[in-house]
Amino acid sequence: MTTETKNGNGRTTGRGIGLAAVRGLALALVSLPGAVLCFCLSLVSIALIPIGVGLVTTPYVLTGVRAFADWRRVLAAEWGGVRIPPAYRPLPERADPWTRTVALLRDPATWRDLRWLPVDMTAGFVTALLPAVLLLYPLEGFALAIGLWRVFPDGYWYGFVPVTGQASAFGAAALGLVLLFLAHFLTPRLLGVHFRLTRAVLGGNQRELAERVRVLTETRRDAVDASAAELRRIERDLHDGAQARLVAVGMDLGTIEALLDKDPAQAKELIARTRRSSVEALSELRELVRGIHPPVLAERGLGDAVRALALRLPVATEVSVDLPGRAEAPVESAAYFAVSEVLTNAVKHSGADRIWIDLHRADGMLRATVTDNGKGGAVIGAGSGLAGVERRLGTFDGVLAVSSPAGGPTMVTVEIPCA
Amino acid sequence: MRVVLAEDLFLLRDGLVRLLQAHGFEIAAAVESGPELAAALAELDPEVAVVDVRLPPTHTDEGLQCALDARRKRPGLPVLVLSQHVEQLYARELLADGTGGVGYLLKDRVFDAEQFVDAVRRVAAGGTAMDPQVIQQLLARRSGDDRPLARLTPREREVLELMAQGRSNAAIAGRLVVTERAIAKHTANIFAKLGLEVSDDDNRRVLAVLAYLDHGR
Repeated sequence: MTTETKNGNGRTTGRGIGLAAVRGLALALVSLPGAVLCFCLSLVSIALIPIGVGLVTTPYVLTGVRAFADWRRVLAAEWGGVRIPPAYRPLPERADPWTRTVALLRDPATWRDLRWLPVDMTAGFVTALLPAVLLLYPLEGFALAIGLWRVFPDGYWYGFVPVTGQASAFGAAALGLVLLFLAHFLTPRLLGVHFRLTRAVLGGNQRELAERVRVLTETRRDAVDASAAELRRIERDLHDGAQARLVAVGMDLGTIEALLDKDPAQAKELIARTRRSSVEALSELRELVRGIHPPVLAERGLGDAVRALALRLPVATEVSVDLPGRAEAPVESAAYFAVSEVLTNAVKHSGADRIWIDLHRADGMLRATVTDNGKGGAVIGAGSGLAGVERRLGTFDGVLAVSSPAGGPTMVTVEIPCA
Repeated sequence: MRVVLAEDLFLLRDGLVRLLQAHGFEIAAAVESGPELAAALAELDPEVAVVDVRLPPTHTDEGLQCALDARRKRPGLPVLVLSQHVEQLYARELLADGTGGVGYLLKDRVFDAEQFVDAVRRVAAGGTAMDPQVIQQLLARRSGDDRPLARLTPREREVLELMAQGRSNAAIAGRLVVTERAIAKHTANIFAKLGLEVSDDDNRRVLAVLAYLDHGR
């Protein structure tokens, strides 16, 4: 394989032209039946979903379509130097047919595949075939000039040249020569056009992808930073708190052992102190656990965890919950800590005497709204707790919206996607 | 007194068994999971159940659910719930049926064996034993606003706190080192300020206090 054909431009060699033509011909011969087959099977399979058969077949058919599209991606990269990044969503492992089918049909990449198939069987086929045609057609012109014209006594159109005798057959050969000259420049480019066409239809929106990558990189960095800071805090709390107290307990026990016979009264006093230390160590550990993963959240889920949170607030709070089932643990946890932070803010700064919390889940979104009747004026700015909440929600593609006109009321909405 | 004990951690279960036996309780069963607890409560008809909130197999609030369920089947079945943390939410659920005979304590409370055993006895007798932490949360919540609670003197608040934990006047007097008559005077004042009817029944007292604190949310 030469670099010239790979790039599809610049100086091309005879071998490169031949190679492009052969590849184009092979592509055309495979892509037409392949695309037609994939397209028909997909249509039939999807149409059969209402009667159930489609549920079983669709995952297989669409996986086949993906394999076909992926093979074409490989060819585009190897033969045309055109990279077409696949943008399929990961399929649920070992899920039931319904979930697999729905997951496949909800993936925009699936619909891009299906849109690509008709394009591939028409324009794709033509652009793949043209390089071969451009190379073979001149050969026919030369064949006519050599004597093939005699086979057509009634005249024959070669391109726009009517071949009726040896003279016009030479004309055909001349046209063939011109075509061959053109093929010299065009053949690899035409194959390149085919691959670029494939990319245009099959490839994801590059700008969209680039933006997505940028956002993911940013939120990942935030998540890594936040969890590193969190680990440091936990380590420090354990080290300075519970761990130190338990060491003290151990030391006191040693002293008690020594004092037991000599000075029982002092030993007794020390025992009381030791017990206090162990109680304090326990309560510190309890606080630490609450900060990492609140027990009620683990035991009951988000709804009751927020209810329990509301019970501890010094402000009268109403909670309404409409959460069918439980979301994934990380999503629940993120929502809980976001609500907790928003509530802390409201209690500290708003001056409100009533708070309403509304939790509900619909259309794959977990939504939490915290409204207070305070003085308003809350902003997501540097230094405010809300900015931190927004950053941490970013990891989950969640968003934070604040409506807080001066004079109140303040309404903070948190939205996290959850499948 | 026959006790059914549910606790999944071997060390704690073993310790509780020994502690209760040392104080003259009879351990009818010491189980380590929710289903076992449900079976034991149904079959053994204990006089009191001491239950950990979090039990296998789910390791969520299996123990609490079992206890609530058993109390629905046999109203008034005395249940003392132990937990690594205490939440008002759970306390309310336990108190909701208003029949008494419930307790909800931090596991740490077993450190003070006398107080813990006293709590078990109180619950078994149909009284209540609420963890001081739950009561403090309740009082802290209420102290912020201008409700009648704010009119209590510091001493009266102290008495109210102990009362809400389920203690009798005699026990409160002992704790605060004053005479029982003084406590009786304080409780009368508290009930008057809170607008509650005076009652001699320990259990009713606590429920009345909690109902008041609950009110107006």
